[in-house]
Amino acid sequence: MTILEFSLVVAAGSLVAGFLGALTGLGGGVVLIPMLSLLLGVDIRYAIGASLVSVIATSSGAAAAYVREGISNIRIGMFLEIATTLGALVGATLATRISTSAISIVFGLVLIGSAFLSWKPRSKSEREAALDPLATKLRLNGSFPEGDGIRNYNVQRVPLGWALMFGAGTLSGLLGIGSGAVKVLAMDQAMKIPFKVSTTTSNFMIGVTAAASAGIYLSRGYIDPGLSMPVMLGVLAGSLLGTKVLVKAHPKWLRRVFSIVIVALGIEMLYKGISGRI
Amino acid sequence: MAGHRSWTDKRMEILIGIVLRYGVLLSALIVAFGAAIYLVRHGHSPTDYRVFRSEPSDLRSVGKIVRDAFALQGRGIIQLGLLLLIATPVVRVAFSIFGFAEEHDRMYVIVASLVLLILLYSLVGSIRSA
Repeated sequence: MTILEFSLVVAAGSLVAGFLGALTGLGGGVVLIPMLSLLLGVDIRYAIGASLVSVIATSSGAAAAYVREGISNIRIGMFLEIATTLGALVGATLATRISTSAISIVFGLVLIGSAFLSWKPRSKSEREAALDPLATKLRLNGSFPEGDGIRNYNVQRVPLGWALMFGAGTLSGLLGIGSGAVKVLAMDQAMKIPFKVSTTTSNFMIGVTAAASAGIYLSRGYIDPGLSMPVMLGVLAGSLLGTKVLVKAHPKWLRRVFSIVIVALGIEMLYKGISGRI
Repeated sequence: MAGHRSWTDKRMEILIGIVLRYGVLLSALIVAFGAAIYLVRHGHSPTDYRVFRSEPSDLRSVGKIVRDAFALQGRGIIQLGLLLLIATPVVRVAFSIFGFAEEHDRMYVIVASLVLLILLYSLVGSIRSA
């Protein structure tokens, strides 16, 4: 393949990845990295570097749209970012030391895990949780408009959420993904933050987390301009398109199809990692 | 009091969001410009990403990337656009320090400064070691 053909194929694939990622809330990286490494034979380290760049593009590009809805909580985001950025440093450092087959195995497991998480139905119970002393001290509790009123929420289990966020940051730095699924899990399930607030705050956080490891990837020579260029432009265009559609659609079925695709990719990544053919 | 605080939070975040959006737009334009030069010059050469070779040193540190970009090297211009993109979340965190200071929220000025320090440590530390 010539560079021109390759760039067009990667841009088209990235457009689809960005579109599906925005529509399902899982992000583009989960399909992008298997696509590049399994289908196009790109070394997984180049794929990770390029994906990381696209994570920042989608997070920063959608920031204004998400904030206008007025439901992300910047104090929760900022406080948890201490954990995710530290984790990202650890992950990026690990990535430069362990083998590509080990990365591939971890990636496969994460894919299967996040597909499982997105499949699981959200609990709809409206808990009026008691005030948590630590969350109160850190001013994490908030409110957001819902229906015709304002809903207040009290944040729970701050240390557990923080620890999960450190893990999310490590995965992000190691695999070059936004790891939004783990971030939402930490906020929604562990800290009992309402789902809407969790997803928008997670979007705000993934760009900052990715930036923490991007510096390390850049200086180690994992970010190739020829590969990152079609990936960044494709994912950006795809995710902008996806957020436009998201306002109108309720893509529950799409989420299911996407989960199946991700599980299949996860199994293939696992297989390639274990057989050492990556 | 609480209502007032969340209103200022929101205004601050919308402002930051707009800055970020233009930052992403600008970096995408720079990347596209570099891509045009790169594809015109090298579009017909074969690709090879199968084997990992670290990028050459002039695409790994800020000073050299800027020099390559101003020499109108396609790959250097793309890398400059990517560098600008990596900077956007850092700007976001830096801006929110001012926002929290404006609200006299000392605890969160410290929290945001800590995040900024970690980011700068990663960026500056890794650039120096390259």
